[in-house]
Amino acid sequence: MSLAYYPGCTLKTRARNLEKPAVASMEALGFKLDEVPRWNCCGAVYSLADDDLIHRVAPVRNLIRVKKQGKTELVTLCAFCLNTLKRANLLMKEDVEKRDTLNDFIDEGIDYSGEVKVVHLLEVLRDDIGWEALSQKVKLPLRELKAAPYYGCTLLRPREVAIDDVEDPTILREFLKALGASPVDFPESTRCCGSYQVISSPDDIAEYARPILNSALSHGAEAMVLTCPLCDYNLGQGQKELAKKQSGFREMPLLYFTQLLALALGLGPQVCHFELNHGSPESLLKEKNLLSQSRSVQPIGG
Amino acid sequence: MYVTISPKRSRREFVRKVKELSGQNLQLCYQCGMCSGNCPAASNMDISPRRIIELARLGLDEEIAGSKTVWTCASCLACAVNCPRGFDLSKVMEAIRLLTLRKNIDHIRPEDISPKQRCELPQIAMVSGLRKFTG
Ligand code: SF4
Ligand code: SF4
Repeated sequence: MSLAYYPGCTLKTRARNLEKPAVASMEALGFKLDEVPRWNCCGAVYSLADDDLIHRVAPVRNLIRVKKQGKTELVTLCAFCLNTLKRANLLMKEDVEKRDTLNDFIDEGIDYSGEVKVVHLLEVLRDDIGWEALSQKVKLPLRELKAAPYYGCTLLRPREVAIDDVEDPTILREFLKALGASPVDFPESTRCCGSYQVISSPDDIAEYARPILNSALSHGAEAMVLTCPLCDYNLGQGQKELAKKQSGFREMPLLYFTQLLALALGLGPQVCHFELNHGSPESLLKEKNLLSQSRSVQPIGG
Repeated sequence: MYVTISPKRSRREFVRKVKELSGQNLQLCYQCGMCSGNCPAASNMDISPRRIIELARLGLDEEIAGSKTVWTCASCLACAVNCPRGFDLSKVMEAIRLLTLRKNIDHIRPEDISPKQRCELPQIAMVSGLRKFTG
């Protein structure tokens, strides 16, 4: 089964370690992630100003291309892209006046009114495949891996685009359980990592990371599971700084959820590109015997 | 911090623009401070998020312009989802940033980002940061 897929800029460069294991895993499960033809950068952040229509052109153009592809659902993987595309989509669905202005301005030959459903890959796993079916595909259960699911901001806020309960999300916990891991809930799992503040105030990033990492560590986590390349960068750089400043501070391996998915499906470390991770997870995974080579999976999708 | 309010000092035009850009009714806020309590950036701010609303609805644009608060906001929306009044403070922060950026006054210069950072940062950091800090 083929799914329209929007990768975004970061997944093609710095965060290939988020994309590659996702593509391989979905293929193993019988789903082809089919890139939207001629996709462009979504703009990374959704403009929060009511009159700023020009910055909505980029995400809307992508959505129009999905419609042209003949698809009704768009799968995203980058948490920033999900947020921007989903908010732009909501605007096109609900605000008639702005929709008309944007449709008049964007010269793509067809009109758009929010017909495409924007989803995150985690939602495909939860809603289309299901945790039970996923767990049956696991070749290498992530037994004894105490992993803390970290959500950050853009999967859950604002409320109208959240992929799960805003206050008490469970999607990553259920995902980890399906892979056989032991999820470690911690209270700071939805606290912001500092986001784009890293470009203007790089020295503040460690202090954004501190409460998040400390909270996960004090609840017994051995690794943190991420969905966003900026969280990976900020928490990874942040903990390096903290380790320099604070003797005894223990750095935590940081992993993308897609890397754990690929390992659990038996696809092996070669699809995971661990060399790009900011918090190096390999020694922990080795210790847990999770780095063995690939095995074949019976696909789910038709 | 004490501020003196007088009809002369208050800037109606500023209040009108903030309302227009943010789409938020500034009078909705009842100053409970939930936003400041949930803000991960509050400790780096000189004026708390709650107080920004108070200053904005009094039209005290100079006090706000002299503060680093709106440039410290990470648009994480923790304030917006936790406000008991359904007020979206992140939009007010954006409106105030834009009132400066649209005068062609940028908050950062791309060339001030270190070459090392430029090589290492994920694209979403560069694009979102430059969107928030330059016009
Ligand atoms: S949480 Fe809402 S009502 Fe309370 S001070 Fe902040 S904006 Fe105002
Ligand atoms: S959006 Fe800005 S003001 Fe609101 S909680 Fe986040 S950093 Fe603080």
